[in-house]
Amino acid sequence: MTERTPLSFGAIERELGPLVERSWQSFAMPVLELRVDNLLPVVAGLRDRFDFALFLDVTAVDYPERSPRFDLVYHFYSRRHHQRIRLKVPVPAERPVVPTLTGHYGSARYMEREVHDMYGIEFAGNADLRPILLYEGFVGHPLRKDYPIEREQPVVPYRAG
Amino acid sequence: MNASPPIAAHLDRSADGGNVVVNIGPSHPATHGTIQIVAELDGETVKRADVHCGYLHRGFEKEAEHHTYHKVIPYVDRLNYCSALNNGFAYAEAVEKLLGIELTRRCIVIRTLLCEYNRIADHVTCVAASIMEMGAMTAFLYLMTVRDYIFEHLNHLTGARLTYSYVRIGGLARDLPEGWLTRLEEILVFTERYLERIHGLLDHNRIFIDRTRDVAVMTPEHALNWGFTGPTLRSTGLALDLRKDAPYLAYPELDFEVPVGIKGDNYDRYYVRMCEIDESIAMVRECVGLLSDGPVSVDDPRVTLPEKEAVYTEIEALVHHFKLVSQGIVVPAGEIYVSHEAPNGELGFYLVSDGTSRPYKLHVRAPSFVHMGGMHTLLEGYEVADVVPTFGSMNMVGGECDR
Repeated sequence: MTERTPLSFGAIERELGPLVERSWQSFAMPVLELRVDNLLPVVAGLRDRFDFALFLDVTAVDYPERSPRFDLVYHFYSRRHHQRIRLKVPVPAERPVVPTLTGHYGSARYMEREVHDMYGIEFAGNADLRPILLYEGFVGHPLRKDYPIEREQPVVPYRAG
Repeated sequence: MNASPPIAAHLDRSADGGNVVVNIGPSHPATHGTIQIVAELDGETVKRADVHCGYLHRGFEKEAEHHTYHKVIPYVDRLNYCSALNNGFAYAEAVEKLLGIELTRRCIVIRTLLCEYNRIADHVTCVAASIMEMGAMTAFLYLMTVRDYIFEHLNHLTGARLTYSYVRIGGLARDLPEGWLTRLEEILVFTERYLERIHGLLDHNRIFIDRTRDVAVMTPEHALNWGFTGPTLRSTGLALDLRKDAPYLAYPELDFEVPVGIKGDNYDRYYVRMCEIDESIAMVRECVGLLSDGPVSVDDPRVTLPEKEAVYTEIEALVHHFKLVSQGIVVPAGEIYVSHEAPNGELGFYLVSDGTSRPYKLHVRAPSFVHMGGMHTLLEGYEVADVVPTFGSMNMVGGECDR
């Protein structure tokens, strides 16, 4: 077993504080909120200085009434500290573009494709943003709150009667 | 009728003149689950592979936003339908943590027991399917017998073989039935006996070793980079296991090892799974020893239905029942990420509540999906005949991958 070294929240704040807008703890998980421009430096810092070697997940949350409209939510896992961290990046609907993490983690390739499918957020630098769970020609982004759940877009037309 | 393919494979456009592009799937006997692998071949060698998933996408996350917290449970079961209980427990824990509910002791132990029991069934299914595709029909039938005994036994407990809907927010649907633990021990003994036969049939089998040893090899760094977790990551020798590293349920009390492989090839993935079954059997027995009497559900009016008897005789209980069923559980606003060590890897639920009775956002971190994102790296450079064993060793489950 690898030795467990608890990661102090303070250490992250000291190292990455200037790049972070707001930080707090949620159910024992550190959460950092940051601007889009600071995403890549923060991710690089987490990976190189705190051994966040595993990029777990990326998804988005849609707040149609809010500006900026989307929150992009990343989760990482630190192998050395056995700890997870969450990054939140507000993204405006007018310009939903964030830099890709494919340069840091291979796993970003697929996961970013899904977010692109579901929310229409562009990942600048990800060369392969073809649909993944949806199909080519699908109109709209189904996990946006303004996409009605009953809308149907069949690939093959339904049989009459 | 003219139906166009859902995704244009970029290999069609860029394949070398001398290479051949072959479609494996989406509907192929070896792609249990529906997935398409577009492979560019130079002779027998896979030069490039493009893995397409999404054929089983049914909008789980969108549906969840329109259902009350309890009504999401049957959907959750249909993610990884080989180990539906593990999914349900991870989802329920996310909701329970937002509500601040402490489970009863008996519930924690039964959930842990069932997690490991379902893990046995999941691993057995994975090993059975992947060796059957290499022609080992006997081993396949032995393992399917084990799997079916477990599923029939879980049927006795929950009323369903695969999709159990057994978890409840704050507890379980019902307690263990009479005689269930006796039968459990019989099945564990039976499983051990059959696993010995599998070891005897496969471990030193020349054909099996030739097909799996040194095929789809990866280093721990490679595995981490591509987001592999679970037995696939551990086959590279890295002992990352959430049950040890971030223990949940009753795992801190259990004594178990984390088996790891040595080179991260298909053989190691087989062997790690077999060792994990041994550990799980021991853990199930430990859990039986930890079982104590008591209720399986918390007594919390926010989540627990009143006794049926009271619903029919007392107006307060009737109103309470009606409110819980029609309106659902109201979960305080907040966000949480809960992850469990599912048989395939890290299964995470990211839940955002806005203080109503439906999730504002429920995202699944599905290990199968992430694994498919890195699978092309394990196919490229190997023979086309290795595609099937490698794919089998990843244990992709379509329901979970495509959600």
